[in-house]
Amino acid sequence: MSLLELRKLNKHFGGLHVTNGVNLTLEPGEIHCLIGPNGAGKSTLFRLILGEHHPGSGDILFAGENITALKSFARIHRGLSVKFQVPGVFKGLSVRQNLEIALQSRHRGAELDAEIGRLLAFLGLEAEQAQTAGNLSHGQKQWLEIGMAISLKPRLLLLDEPTAGMSPEETHMTGEMVQRLNADGMTVLAIEHDMAFVRQVARRVTVLHLGQVFAQGSIDEIVADERVAAIYLGQAHA
Amino acid sequence: MNSFLSLFRRLEGPQTVGRGPAFWGAFAIVLLAALAYPLFSDGYTVGNTVYFFVWVFIALSLCLIWGYGGSLSFGQTAFFGIAGYGYGILTINFGSAYGFTLLALVLAVMIAALFAVLLGYFMFFGRIAGVFLGIVTLAVTLMLERFMAQTAGPEWHVGAARLNGFNGMSAMPPLTIPWPGEPIVLFADVGLYYLVLGLLVLVYLGLRILMNSSFGNVIVAIRENPERAEMLGYDVRKYQLITFVIGAALAGLSGVLYTVWGQYITPSSMGMTAAALPLIWVAVGGRSDLTSTVIGTLIVLAAFQALTIYGSQYALVFMGVLLVLTVLIAPNGLVLGVMNWLGRFASRFLQRAG
Ligand SMILES: Nc1ncnc2c1ncn2[C@@H]1O[C@H](COP(=O)(O)OP(=O)(O)OP(=O)(O)O)[C@@H](O)[C@H]1O
Ligand SMILES: [Mg+2]
Repeated sequence: MSLLELRKLNKHFGGLHVTNGVNLTLEPGEIHCLIGPNGAGKSTLFRLILGEHHPGSGDILFAGENITALKSFARIHRGLSVKFQVPGVFKGLSVRQNLEIALQSRHRGAELDAEIGRLLAFLGLEAEQAQTAGNLSHGQKQWLEIGMAISLKPRLLLLDEPTAGMSPEETHMTGEMVQRLNADGMTVLAIEHDMAFVRQVARRVTVLHLGQVFAQGSIDEIVADERVAAIYLGQAHA
Repeated sequence: MNSFLSLFRRLEGPQTVGRGPAFWGAFAIVLLAALAYPLFSDGYTVGNTVYFFVWVFIALSLCLIWGYGGSLSFGQTAFFGIAGYGYGILTINFGSAYGFTLLALVLAVMIAALFAVLLGYFMFFGRIAGVFLGIVTLAVTLMLERFMAQTAGPEWHVGAARLNGFNGMSAMPPLTIPWPGEPIVLFADVGLYYLVLGLLVLVYLGLRILMNSSFGNVIVAIRENPERAEMLGYDVRKYQLITFVIGAALAGLSGVLYTVWGQYITPSSMGMTAAALPLIWVAVGGRSDLTSTVIGTLIVLAAFQALTIYGSQYALVFMGVLLVLTVLIAPNGLVLGVMNWLGRFASRFLQRAG
């Protein structure tokens, strides 16, 4: 059984057809990258999967269950988790408290403290734990939010541009982290513009263009596809 | 036993200013002074202090909903009024025997809370947030005021209790504790003082524990970023509703105690001015901290009363100026600013000493 299945998803914003009959299937254990020019509808697709937007038509199946009508928090309980495009940390709270809020529903007391410590070490944010999250650098905020997202131990992790604003080394480290999580059994769907990252982690790549699935295949197939190059070039001209 | 201890540990935490022996030492001194104070004062002054204390509960309700929860509610005075009238209607009809006034206090607070369940469900599950939440709650408050103001005619009564329109309801019995021989009547001086002080300490410490618990964590998380909170698996609207209802109960407690204190309640207690004043106390004190809210409210109320001697219009202008100054100098609250400064000063002092 596939882990996630999108069936003919449609979403309009007024006259704008942002998601146009999208079909997409994720197998358990894969790392899948979603690419496409700005405004292709990638983030909107995430919000549909998460229940922040509701599709005009179509169905979303997670582990065989139709979750199209479920509230967002209930989808999280089913095993979804997300890191947003714009880092969504709790800016006014300390780094430590951010992680505590993410972890407190599954751990208590001394065990909670230990888990927070482990996650701080994993993220390399031990020195910053007392800092207000709003004062972190952009890259650190991204890490913190990734940390909060993975602390839920999701079956499917959604990452919207996880390496934006990161140096090439940091990007590579993030890629390694994604691979490590995947080796532990986490399925990952990542939106990413950074082709080095995509090449590093993805087994399969889906190209979204004007709200439609434009192409699908391995990274080499996608890079070799002239039609894909054309839509990116088209955007460069625009 | 273990969970009992962990409750005590929650008295301190990231959501509340004040920790360690220095803070709790100061707390104990203030509490002892408050307990001893009626011995050195007269009944009138003590009664006036009760009046100040009564308002602290509604301030704390706003601190919870607005300061911690991030939802600006103008509706706290609605719950204040509902509970006040509720107490009046109940006790005028059923009297004060057998400790019924104490039951009426609880029932009146529960009526306010029930009203908050209905209103809150409509607002939060209807996804009304931000400015619109303020508008809806204010509209409800003013509607209630208008409604109660036009109930002057004799046809407006609940059992024996006349609503009395703009003049309000009066002559409800004070709180009465049943006692073998002679029941103890808590008039608005020393008797009521100790009851209200006790409730105040209980509510203050209870809220400290609540806000430093995992529930409090979720509440501030929703204030910071409701979307992220939902995406960590929290049912945001449920948490908002629970917070709103707790806040309404506290505002209701204020309303009952006010009614008990003066033995009257009028529609103007739900009017525009009444709705705005708690916002000012809480903003000036420091809405995101319980201690700052309590201290700020008491200071501003005392200053307000002192100025009212020269005319209430000046006092209101002063309130406005105070609010503007707060927004400009210390947007998080003047008292909170001073407390944070004291905290930094103390820790630097300790570092140098140690
Ligand atoms: N809430 C909304 N209301 C109206 N239009 C929206 C909304 N959200 C997104 N859009 C529009 O939908 C289109 C797709 O947006 P989306 O954010 O999904 O693109 P994207 O592929 O994630 O782009 P990027 O690479 O820039 O992040 C854009 O034209 C955007 O302006
Ligand atoms: Mg996007």
